[in-house]
Amino acid sequence: MAILHTVNKSPFERNALTTCLRLAEKGSTILFIEDGVIAATKGSKFSEVVTSALDDFKFCFLNPDAEARGLESDEMIDGVDSIDYAGFVDLVVDHDAVKAWL
Amino acid sequence: MSEENEQAQEGIVKKFMYVNTKAPYGTIYALEALEVVLIAAAFDQDVSLAFVDDGVYQLKKGQKTDGIGVKNFSPTYSALGDYDIKKIYIEKESLEERGLELSDLQDLKYEDEDDDYAEKSSIHVVDHKELSQIIDQQDVILSF
Amino acid sequence: MKLGIVVNEGPYQHQASDSAYQFTKIALEKGHEIFRVFFYHDGVNNGTRLSAPPQDDRNIVEMWSALAKEYDLDLVLCVAAAQRRGMLDEGEAKRAGKDADNIAPGFRISGLGQLIEAGIQSDRLVSFGD
Repeated sequence: MAILHTVNKSPFERNALTTCLRLAEKGSTILFIEDGVIAATKGSKFSEVVTSALDDFKFCFLNPDAEARGLESDEMIDGVDSIDYAGFVDLVVDHDAVKAWL
Repeated sequence: MSEENEQAQEGIVKKFMYVNTKAPYGTIYALEALEVVLIAAAFDQDVSLAFVDDGVYQLKKGQKTDGIGVKNFSPTYSALGDYDIKKIYIEKESLEERGLELSDLQDLKYEDEDDDYAEKSSIHVVDHKELSQIIDQQDVILSF
Repeated sequence: MKLGIVVNEGPYQHQASDSAYQFTKIALEKGHEIFRVFFYHDGVNNGTRLSAPPQDDRNIVEMWSALAKEYDLDLVLCVAAAQRRGMLDEGEAKRAGKDADNIAPGFRISGLGQLIEAGIQSDRLVSFGD
């Protein structure tokens, strides 16, 4: 079974990402939405948290949320996939359940 | 026909997990999560609860709320056993990070009808690897 | 697929309602069925008839009402959460002895059982919150 984990808060605000990484099974997908897209930016204190987990999880970020925050694709960590809302819906359909880390 | 009966009639049983990550009283999530769990008991689903991060504080013994003028709802957790909710997981790492031990928390019990109604503990302290596997098996996950 | 949506926060204060709306709209356009949108915690405030936001930005309540009308959606405000937060339909207002009701078109008030039912009957339950 694979679960889609959504993280909607910045790692600078809340420890949801840390907890998610601790409790998500390897092979699951982690999607950053809303302020959570900040976790997918390069050159931040938290970038390594994500880059070091790229082999364990499939990471994505919701591009409309990144764009809203002035983040362009070259500012986002390589290996974290950009998706739109249609892609978000597809991810939900393709996984067995969804866990929101709030 | 009440909706609970409709569900029972259809025989759909899903694994529902309610994950609590926040301390009580600072926000309403702990209280309103408990309200969901108690209502959900009528639907005969396969229910588990998980207490993670500050969520472990929801079960902390000795809550005295007079000073903040808010109702102490922590006694309600002890009713979970009566509602046949007996799979309650507490994450070991969350306790340790907070300097808490199991003895700091309420011991929630249920009566095992398959064992002459012997009183047993509903609480399972699990490490993150084990809890991760349990979460991964769920059909419906509600987070509070 | 049949999807259930849970909205845990009120309009504007958090992005949750917007995110849920965008997700729901696209899911419908892709041909999925939305079994129910259930509003819990401060999410019940998405159902207020009395929201009067500035004209130059989105009107979240009206967006939900319009989507519900277009696709015949079931938008449910949890009764317990609604009572706490002063979201009352005519019946609840009478019962509580209040002199007004304030639910927007397309929303209805019902019990937490509707959330559980959504979890049981939907293929996927997606939550948006804080």
